[in-house]
Amino acid sequence: MKVARTLACVIVVAVCALSLGANWLAPEGYAKQFREAPGAPPSHQHLLGTDELGRDRFARILYGTRISLLLAPAAALISTALAALVGGLAGYLGGIWLKLARGFTDLFLSLPWLFLLITVRALLPLNVSPLVSVLITFLILGLLGWAASARVLSTSADSLRNSDFVLQARASGLHGPRLFLIHVLPNLKPVLYAQFWISIPVFILSEANLGVLGLGVAEPLPSWGSLLRELEGLISFREEPWRLVPLFLLIVVLTSFQTLLSSEEVTA
Amino acid sequence: MTGRRSFLRILFCFALLSALALFSTAAIAQNGGQLRFCLRAEPKTFDPLLVDDDASLAVRYLTGGVLIRVNRHTQDLEAELAESWKISKDGKQIAFKLRHGLRFSDGSPFAADDVAFTMQRLMDPALHSSTGDAFRSGTGTVTTKVLSADQVVVTFPAAVAGLDRLFDQVAIMSAHSPKKEGAVLGPFMVGEYKAGSSLLLERNPYYWKKDAQGRRLPYLDSIHLDIQANRDVEMLRFKRGELDLINVLDTDYFDRLASSSPQLVHDAGPSLDSDFMWFNQVANAPIPEYRRAWFRSTNFRRAISLAINRDDLSRIVFNGHAQPAVGPVSPANKFWFNSKLKADAHNPQAALALLKADGFHMQNGTLLDKNSNPVEFSIVTNAGSKPRERMSVLIQEDLGKIGIKVNLVPLDFPSLLERISQKFNYEAAMLGFRNVDLDPNGQMNIWLSSAEDHAWNPKQKAPETAWEAEIDKLMREQASSIDPKKRKQSFDRVQEIVYEQAPFIYLVNQNALSAVSGSVSGANPGILSPQTFWNAERLTLNGTARASR
Amino acid sequence: MLLRRIARHLASIVVLVLLGGLLSATLVRLAPGFDSDERELDPSLNAESVRALRAQRAGEHNILGFYAAYLRGAMHGDLGTSHALGQPVRSLLSERWPVTLRIAGIGLLLGWLLGSALAFGASLWPRPSYEVLGTTLSGAFLCIPAAVLALLSVILNAPGYLAIAFIVFPKIYRYSRNLLAKAYAMPHITAARARGLKEIRILIWHVLPVAGPQMIALGGITVSLALGASIPVESLCGLPGIGQLAWQAALARDLPLLVNLTVIVTLVTLLANSGADVMIHILRPREA
Repeated sequence: MKVARTLACVIVVAVCALSLGANWLAPEGYAKQFREAPGAPPSHQHLLGTDELGRDRFARILYGTRISLLLAPAAALISTALAALVGGLAGYLGGIWLKLARGFTDLFLSLPWLFLLITVRALLPLNVSPLVSVLITFLILGLLGWAASARVLSTSADSLRNSDFVLQARASGLHGPRLFLIHVLPNLKPVLYAQFWISIPVFILSEANLGVLGLGVAEPLPSWGSLLRELEGLISFREEPWRLVPLFLLIVVLTSFQTLLSSEEVTA
Repeated sequence: MTGRRSFLRILFCFALLSALALFSTAAIAQNGGQLRFCLRAEPKTFDPLLVDDDASLAVRYLTGGVLIRVNRHTQDLEAELAESWKISKDGKQIAFKLRHGLRFSDGSPFAADDVAFTMQRLMDPALHSSTGDAFRSGTGTVTTKVLSADQVVVTFPAAVAGLDRLFDQVAIMSAHSPKKEGAVLGPFMVGEYKAGSSLLLERNPYYWKKDAQGRRLPYLDSIHLDIQANRDVEMLRFKRGELDLINVLDTDYFDRLASSSPQLVHDAGPSLDSDFMWFNQVANAPIPEYRRAWFRSTNFRRAISLAINRDDLSRIVFNGHAQPAVGPVSPANKFWFNSKLKADAHNPQAALALLKADGFHMQNGTLLDKNSNPVEFSIVTNAGSKPRERMSVLIQEDLGKIGIKVNLVPLDFPSLLERISQKFNYEAAMLGFRNVDLDPNGQMNIWLSSAEDHAWNPKQKAPETAWEAEIDKLMREQASSIDPKKRKQSFDRVQEIVYEQAPFIYLVNQNALSAVSGSVSGANPGILSPQTFWNAERLTLNGTARASR
Repeated sequence: MLLRRIARHLASIVVLVLLGGLLSATLVRLAPGFDSDERELDPSLNAESVRALRAQRAGEHNILGFYAAYLRGAMHGDLGTSHALGQPVRSLLSERWPVTLRIAGIGLLLGWLLGSALAFGASLWPRPSYEVLGTTLSGAFLCIPAAVLALLSVILNAPGYLAIAFIVFPKIYRYSRNLLAKAYAMPHITAARARGLKEIRILIWHVLPVAGPQMIALGGITVSLALGASIPVESLCGLPGIGQLAWQAALARDLPLLVNLTVIVTLVTLLANSGADVMIHILRPREA
């Protein structure tokens, strides 16, 4: 396990370094269109070829990594925090709070949020900068993505409420927020970590789908989601295998994240 | 012994010959089989008078019988249900002589009162039929007079330009049949319909047309239409042999298919469709005043048009299967296209010169207007059209080279529509125009300044500019005349004004691309819709394909 | 006591379903583009026709009025008529729900089989390589867009429920694995092992009672995950189910259809989650 953890650490650091060094590694930038060579295969000049508009794919992956790797975990953090708040707190408090939270969560899971997103786009000015649109997109994703795990958390917290060590802690005088933070919340970690880890790729992919509504990362800014959506038109992977690189990169980074996160849970 | 042997020999030869004869007649008869292709959306209605969307139009083309048909290949008029027709000198009246003894698909007889019934229903203003509205040249009622079982006269309150061609859109309905819209005169009729999934069209047993050998048309037994919006899946199924044709093929798929099976794809040359963008010129639109001033300036619009590299758009987005567009009519429309006009070549220097004339100047790579506002605007377009999204990114870079910052906003279609036709909270928009009609009279509601579809500034109470007033005058002239030469003169001038003033900045005319599988015989893909199955009644499926199903 | 609990659940389900329908109708109504019909762009239509097109939706402008009329109709069995497909909603739904039930149901079952097999396997034989394998496998499928998985199933001629299974199993695996790992990390497990108890007995008697309730709750929410996954899968694989209907309805802003679909989804979600709650209550000896 130590080997795996070291390897994971190296990978994550390497990816971060590459994306931070994008300005040096891909000086032409992600937007420049090499119009004489659209859809070109990998070459000396373009390590992963060019996309259908002649933009260097390697540069787009590097710059896209910055955005997605920074914002998707941030959004995942928001949704995890909300899940802990609604699900965990409600389960801990029990009674009417639990019922209300469960009802609210179930309703939240069922509503067509597509229309809220369309309305948000309508409320935003048309000329918002790509960076702002990205921030807003991931913020919304974080605010909407907590419901499923909140439901599981409410069950976890509910069972914890009546468990021996919580009763013991209460008996010894610990109450309210401190009890929640010190004894209950740490025991909710399995679900919270799972939620965090799953949310990262889900949000990266959702951001691309939001492009259909005018939210999401605005052109010419690249994002992993839009790079992954390129795969949709690919009927034969054998023809252009380099197009799978963003997918492999994401899988590798995600696996590395999980290996780093699971320090406590995995038995020796 | 010899007698029996020779007898057997003769018997054998006879058997062989008769088997060959049977086989060859079976091959010649070649009847039957099921043609399969996809509709990209759900047909919204089966009522032929209310049809407006592509899928319903396809169904109407295959099931509806019309009086006059525009041959999609030669663009000439052909007599269908009407044996002959005559338009009066003033263009207000058309008299039809119908064919005898025809029947609807349920066996009920076809006669002149069915035509009268259809026209009356079509022209009822409460119906709000777009086909009917196309005939509405002036206020007043349309009258029909049945002279005999096979003669009917339709009279309009004012002259209708291109009157006979318009009847290609009018599918005759039965006045008496209990099946109402289910009784049709076309080669096929609606069989089984599974909403959201598929539609089966069966051969109309009472279809009147016969081929040169006297055999009843259509050759096909049925047509199976799948409702599939996703083009990747459509392409996959075509490659696997589950579909027989793709009516409108995307450029990406065309090239991919052409590299493996070039005999299956067809590029019929420039179509009638155009892609274009325009700027919001509405007087009280909720956009900053200084931006509105830019959009209302002809120099600004012409400069944008010059700064766009249309050759790159054709080459990169369409891989050469498109050409730069110059106006509302594509060169494929040979009669109506003003051949003196040429699409703007990419010329950033000329663009900057025009902008300078309006007081714009460059500063540190950014273009500023005369009040030092940086030139920045947004282009809305509908998400889901990959070619348009790609064109907008190329345009973003083209305009970036002359210091203009463009923000691209793909939107879902209803939101886009609301912005461009109701709320006017947009700055620039990019859309495409699917032109089904050769005659520009169908575009009246785009060019009249008081009309709904005058996209950059609709529903004006009075024309706000001199050139829009001139366009109004010219369009009305061509609508009220029936001399094609005079109409062409007027419309040529309209095209010139549109080029000079650039209210629409035309980008490209896409080529008509389609794919037809090897099992289909008789297909002749063209540019007029429906491109591949316009002669569905004469299409056949060859034997090998039939055996494998 | 149990019956009373179930009755209370059912009552709250009814209230929440009604509320859900109203909220979704409001969301759809307030979103821009409600009035727009793409037929407006047809230049053949004259001004009166366009006005008539816009007026078609006038009856739906007042949301409360619309919802009240809808509920009244629903009590007689009339669920309204779809704008996009021009057919009564009731017949559309009754034709299509078996398809969705089939692919979402089988997909969910397969997803649970795969996810829990991997999770339990990694728990019973805790080797780092199994851990990495499980993580990589589930991570891989989590990163592939649902549309791509659906397209792959079309290319490979695989049934639609496989795509749903592969969309759902990574989440099941990750949650289950974490829950099981946490349960295994508890001190009395080490004590049980020290006493020489077999792994299977430890799993059934000591781990499952701790992790079980949460996994049942997980089961509840995976139902809505499977329903959500059915939308892209049905649309791309051409399966005429409710997911495909939902997508068409959303694109067309088809209010009657959308309200009915939300009601169904809310009902199914609530039933699944409440069912999970009731099951947990039955299995847990202690009273909350």
